[in-house]
Amino acid sequence: MADNAASGPGMPQLDITTFSNQIFWLVVAMVVLYFIMSRMALPRIAAVLADRRGTITSDIAIAEELKLKAQAAEEAYRKALAEARAEAGRIIEAAKVEMQVELDGQMAKAEAEIAARTAESERRIREIRDSAMDMVSDVSKDATKDILELFGAKVDARSVNAAVAARLKGGA
Amino acid sequence: MAGENSGLVIKPMDQFQVKALFGGDVNWYTPTNVTLWMALTILAATALMVYGARGRALVPNRGQSAAEMTYGFIYKMVEDVAGKDAVRFFPHIFTLFMFVFFANILGLIPFAFTTTSHIAVTAVLALTVFFSVTALGFILHGTKFLGLFWISSAPLALRPVLALIELISYCVRPVSHSIRLAGAMMAGHAVAKVFAGFTAAMGAAFFLPILAVTALYALELLVAVIQAYVFTILTCVYLKDALHPSH
Repeated sequence: MADNAASGPGMPQLDITTFSNQIFWLVVAMVVLYFIMSRMALPRIAAVLADRRGTITSDIAIAEELKLKAQAAEEAYRKALAEARAEAGRIIEAAKVEMQVELDGQMAKAEAEIAARTAESERRIREIRDSAMDMVSDVSKDATKDILELFGAKVDARSVNAAVAARLKGGA
Repeated sequence: MAGENSGLVIKPMDQFQVKALFGGDVNWYTPTNVTLWMALTILAATALMVYGARGRALVPNRGQSAAEMTYGFIYKMVEDVAGKDAVRFFPHIFTLFMFVFFANILGLIPFAFTTTSHIAVTAVLALTVFFSVTALGFILHGTKFLGLFWISSAPLALRPVLALIELISYCVRPVSHSIRLAGAMMAGHAVAKVFAGFTAAMGAAFFLPILAVTALYALELLVAVIQAYVFTILTCVYLKDALHPSH
């Protein structure tokens, strides 16, 4: 803290002898700083900021566009789905109708066959029954003749047959 | 320690002395501590705004973010305070802010020299602002710029009186502009030095001045930033008057 003769007792700020030095270096410093800032720093930062703003704006625009595209795609998907559902419904309906028609045809055919078979069966049953009836009447006639002969009665085949037939008819 | 009282001479103003870096007399061209600390101020500003922002990345890193925030802060200040057409003076105002800001901050480093604590420096800055803004007002508006002093909303009889008051307050602007900054810087540094000097004199209670200096330092950091801000925003206000002189 050696006392400097120049410092004096008062404030160094009021030492006019140093003013020219300070002012000179201040002017130099301000000019240098101004050129560094205005030629290098500020345009660079301004460019970066503008660049960023541009990127953000375009990104937002792209996002908007993509969103619209996605909405359109969803719309198309929904439409396709609805169409497919309608088409499927139509196909099912057509298939049902077709099946019904075929079923009806098959049923008719089956019923016809069943009817034919039933008729055939009935006819054969009738035949069997008729032949059985004939056999019964033959057996009855023969038995009657044999019984009558056994009793020693004269047998007139024709009258016996008629009597047995009458009895069978009446008894049946 | 009490016995050393005779050796205790606190010279809080010594830190403001302008000294030649390489000895000898201080002439106008001599490289002095003023030169050194102004150069460091430029270096710091360049480090932040050029080196910090060198990445030019779309997504900035910390350094670039700091540079961009500083840019945005001053840009918005110029735009908001001085108007949109003042943006063409943004580089000038930005340079002013960078200089005052870093000169104030660097001055807080122990043993540093605070260039903005000198009235010669702040007065030149304030007078440059004052004359540039006044010249700009006359260039842009001619004699209509004098309407700044002629308050047409006041009663006619009062107008000359008001004009005189307005004129005086206008001319006092550079004085308050420069003394505010230099005074704030000088006072803070001097007080810090005085408290630091007490440390040796207090003996066992040496920690009290240290605590005081610590608290003062935090305050001074705030003052350094605020004074840079105030200096810049006042420049914007004066610029607004030159661009839009009508009240």
